[in-house]
Amino acid sequence: MTTLTDPPKESFRLSMLLNDTRYRSLTFQAVAAIALALAIWYLGNNLIQNLRAAGLNISYSFLGDSAGYDINQRLIEYDSQSSHARAALVGLLNTLLVAFLACITATVFGVIAGVLRLSNNWIVSKLMAVYVEIFRNIPVLIWIIIIFTIMTAVMPGPREFRGDTPTASMALDLFAFTNRGVYTPMPFFENGLFGSATLNWVLVLLVAVGSWYATRAVNTRATNTQAETGVRPNTLWTNLAIWLVPFIALMFIMGLAWEVPELKGFNFKGGIKIGGPLIALWFALSIYTGAFIAENVRAGIQAVSKGQTEAASALGLRPNKVMNLVILPQALRVIIPPLISQYLNITKNSSLAIAVGYADITATLGGITLNQTGRAIECVLLLMLFYLTASLLISMAMNVYNASVKLEER
Amino acid sequence: MKKSVFFGALTVAGLAAGAAAAGTLDDVKARGKLNCGVTTGLVGFAAPDANGEWMGFDVGICRAVAAAVLGDPKAVEFVPTTGKTRFTALASGEIDVLARNTTWTFSRDVDLKFTFVGVNYYDGQGFMVPKDLGVSSAKELDGATVCIQTGTTTELNLADFFRSNNISYEPVPIETNAEAQQQYLSGACDVYTTDASGLAATRATFEDPAGHVLLPEIISKEPLGPLVRHGDDNWGDVVRWSLNALVTAEELGVTSANIGEMAAGTNNPEVNRLLGTEGTLGEMLGLDAGWAKAAIMAGGNYGELFEGNIGESTPIGLARGLNAQWTNGGLIYSPPFR
Amino acid sequence: MADQDKNSIAFVSTEVIPESPPPARETGVVKWMRENLFSSVSNGVLTVLALLLIYGALSSTLPWIMNGLWTTSSLAECREILAGKSGACFSVLTERWHQLIYGFKYPSEEYWRPNLTLLLMLVAIAPVLFFDLPRKLLIFTGLFPFIAFWLIWGGTILAPLVALVGFVAAGAFFQRFGRSSFAVGFFGAIVIALVVWSIGGSLIPDGASDNAMLPAVPSRDLGGFMLNMMLGLTCVSLSVPLGIALALGRQSNMPLIKGICVVFIEFVRGVPLITLLFVASVMLSYFFPPDATVDLFLRVVIMITLFSSAYIAEVVRGGLAALPKGQYEAADSLGLDYPQAMRLIILPQALKISIPGIVNVAVGLFKDTTLVSVISMFDLVGMIRGPVLASTEWNGVYWELFGFAALLFFVVCYGISQYSQWLERKLHKGH
Repeated sequence: MTTLTDPPKESFRLSMLLNDTRYRSLTFQAVAAIALALAIWYLGNNLIQNLRAAGLNISYSFLGDSAGYDINQRLIEYDSQSSHARAALVGLLNTLLVAFLACITATVFGVIAGVLRLSNNWIVSKLMAVYVEIFRNIPVLIWIIIIFTIMTAVMPGPREFRGDTPTASMALDLFAFTNRGVYTPMPFFENGLFGSATLNWVLVLLVAVGSWYATRAVNTRATNTQAETGVRPNTLWTNLAIWLVPFIALMFIMGLAWEVPELKGFNFKGGIKIGGPLIALWFALSIYTGAFIAENVRAGIQAVSKGQTEAASALGLRPNKVMNLVILPQALRVIIPPLISQYLNITKNSSLAIAVGYADITATLGGITLNQTGRAIECVLLLMLFYLTASLLISMAMNVYNASVKLEER
Repeated sequence: MKKSVFFGALTVAGLAAGAAAAGTLDDVKARGKLNCGVTTGLVGFAAPDANGEWMGFDVGICRAVAAAVLGDPKAVEFVPTTGKTRFTALASGEIDVLARNTTWTFSRDVDLKFTFVGVNYYDGQGFMVPKDLGVSSAKELDGATVCIQTGTTTELNLADFFRSNNISYEPVPIETNAEAQQQYLSGACDVYTTDASGLAATRATFEDPAGHVLLPEIISKEPLGPLVRHGDDNWGDVVRWSLNALVTAEELGVTSANIGEMAAGTNNPEVNRLLGTEGTLGEMLGLDAGWAKAAIMAGGNYGELFEGNIGESTPIGLARGLNAQWTNGGLIYSPPFR
Repeated sequence: MADQDKNSIAFVSTEVIPESPPPARETGVVKWMRENLFSSVSNGVLTVLALLLIYGALSSTLPWIMNGLWTTSSLAECREILAGKSGACFSVLTERWHQLIYGFKYPSEEYWRPNLTLLLMLVAIAPVLFFDLPRKLLIFTGLFPFIAFWLIWGGTILAPLVALVGFVAAGAFFQRFGRSSFAVGFFGAIVIALVVWSIGGSLIPDGASDNAMLPAVPSRDLGGFMLNMMLGLTCVSLSVPLGIALALGRQSNMPLIKGICVVFIEFVRGVPLITLLFVASVMLSYFFPPDATVDLFLRVVIMITLFSSAYIAEVVRGGLAALPKGQYEAADSLGLDYPQAMRLIILPQALKISIPGIVNVAVGLFKDTTLVSVISMFDLVGMIRGPVLASTEWNGVYWELFGFAALLFFVVCYGISQYSQWLERKLHKGH
């Protein structure tokens, strides 16, 4: 009201705060800021009061204490004497592992189902429609539980491999499919060039990278020749040689051998074990999300105009070449944005691992650690922070990729 | 009115409840209901039956407390909790007492600020294996795959046991008993481990219970008991002595059958003090004189509760063992009512 | 000549040859099969594989379903009767269906209340889904939440009445003052509603719910598939307005409001629902005033609503972005201010485009309500994993129960998604 008593200046009335467009947005933002601050103060104050009343405090020191529990699926060294923080890290890596695997297989399932759903084979396209509808319309939690149950019920237990007349046997004497997981032979080097197995594998990787660059150079030269003469030289044998010769030579020198899983005591020993819970969760997430991706793929393909197919056929391309060279590259631009959100969904849905006993971060940090320490607030906050970071990173990476695909548009 | 409009409206709608910080006992009396935290389903201890009635040993404790405080064993609101939610539910005041086979440990008592009012069941973690596995001791389990029901101290005991015996194992942590059992029966695990009482209860429901054996090793001490929040000693006393009343009743031979004539007065002064015909014990607790009588009539004394829910005549078939009265060589022992 | 002609042509047909049917391979089933099943070798292989798959699936499930038992009283009895044969034990469904649908605590003599609510819901939701129905029906849609609340929870009718009066008063105030200044009308309406609720709330006597016409049912007693339906419906309908507000906020040119909305939306979309449910079950209690405890149901509704509102905001934002810029400019040139332009021009069109997207979010959300079983609520999945599988009689029945749950969800979700596709086709025709 003081402004009213000051006539020489341009008069400012309170109502201008609401009705004058110059000030209105400031008013609203001020109101929003005050409301936000009040809400935060109110919630924070309640939290402090409640914690004080219960005699609790917020502290992250429990992360350094020894966890005291074991984890069956781990990518890094861990035992029950390791800290809670390390247990969380094991869980984090497990989440990333299953999310990564499921993203790949879900894409494969989705593309196959999406393409087959448009197939002119009636029974196949109907079958794919049934697959898509069934998986899209039933909650993923139910699917995870059902698939886990099916797996443990249908696959033989290690016990059935034992005895004089075993009811189950190993495939080719190399692979064991049990309801505890799949055991496969593990390659190792008898006389590696380095003392450590890791270094030997790094060497193999280096050779592979070298071969890849070499074949790329060969292909580039072939393309150039084609551009000059119109005839593409046959590069198949050269490429095969570039890949195989150094690789086989290296394997021969280092003495490649296979460690075959063997039934010892209660379990198969040796070889690589892919745990049952991992397989169940991996498969469930893939097949569930695959149904959604199939729909995206179908929509993407249908978005490419029919003229493209006809033009490609008129050029004499075979149906599978039409799909690979003409339709899919164009459909990809429509498919990728929804695909990103499906990948994010897989990452988030992997938190349902607790239903099958897979030790992801929700099961370690948000499960056993939370149960044992009772530090609910701290654990849940850390959990959300992780998923948030992972989601933001994935969408950032995919957006970069999306932008690179988009650039080709004119 | 201290409550905000928002909470006023919610309370009217029955979706929120105001709980004054004055004292849990007064709150429960004002509410007319006891909020009791139980498991989401463990046969024998707490599980709803086909009619939706909660039944079990832990449920019996809840009903006894409700009867002592409110005079009505039915005045209980059972709040199912998981291993994750139980402590928050208690700390935040959503429940007044947690009777969910929770092990009394140092850190829960001291760090999480809860008061264990006593022990209603002495348990220990055991192992179950199929008979045809031919294992007779847990020490022979080197390399075995072990199914664990998570959410208790089980994981820690298991890790300690295998570590101290220097043998290896593969843990498979499962959320619910039903799923863990399915894993075990299909052979995805060689061993199932949880509290021995839970193992017995689980085995009782198998198609072929005789095909499975419990190993002799009990690898941990699991004193299970009801707990309340720190800092409300009066309420803690009410729950503690309601439990003790059940124990003392068994010791003195007071059952739900004979309590009517006992309450008329007996020659035993302790019975008289317990049942409120002598002395002012109820008044000291802030309850009426017949509190213990109501608690015992709710489901019988400790022994009756045990026999009716988990004893040898039930499918679960647990022997009294450590949970026999101290006079019979067990650990169940109540301080005197004096 | 004629004779010669006759002789030079060896044969002249004097009558029309009767039409013969086309070759067998070009008609009917055979043609259809040639074209649709065996048009090429690879297609033929695919067909055979598909047939084998179908045969495998049916041959293992059909006998199991056909041998199913419906009348036993426990799994042990089932096993006894089947004596090793493959067969389902559907008796668990006949025995426990009411627990699976209504939860184990909802009083059985009150089952008509949720049933009636479901019927009323169909009536209330119809005008929202089908634009051709008379608009007057929307009045009932507006009343439905209050009726439904009263029917499900029971207790005193005064509580929903007071809530209704508050909304009506706020609406009336907005009608009166909102035309001249949106802000005055909007904030005034909020104040009016709060005043009505606090006065009305204090007028309701304490024991009003004790002897009400409909006995009060505490929300902890809700469960089963009913709980999934209620959570889904409540959260979707609450999150639509919130989502619209967030979408508008995200498009706003006020940096602070835009910032708040962007951070909120991206935060919620970045975390799994299960962590938000953990927040509801283990953290949220600490954020309420020390002297009050809030029902788990309400806490879960709050978190799921926040969750789905972020997704709906993104759908609505897509709808807003899809409108041609001319619409915004036309609204400006008519001299409409922001609230008017939004209310009269932009939102009606943008929302119409967004409906299929919103329905998809709703289906996803409805499926996600099963996650509440992880935080000890007895929804359909929670009932199965908890009380039913834990009982001595039915310990060990998996396929029948999870199959039943899958079937229920499939029927509802498939129905909704069919509606969404129908709507999409209809909206496409409009252009």
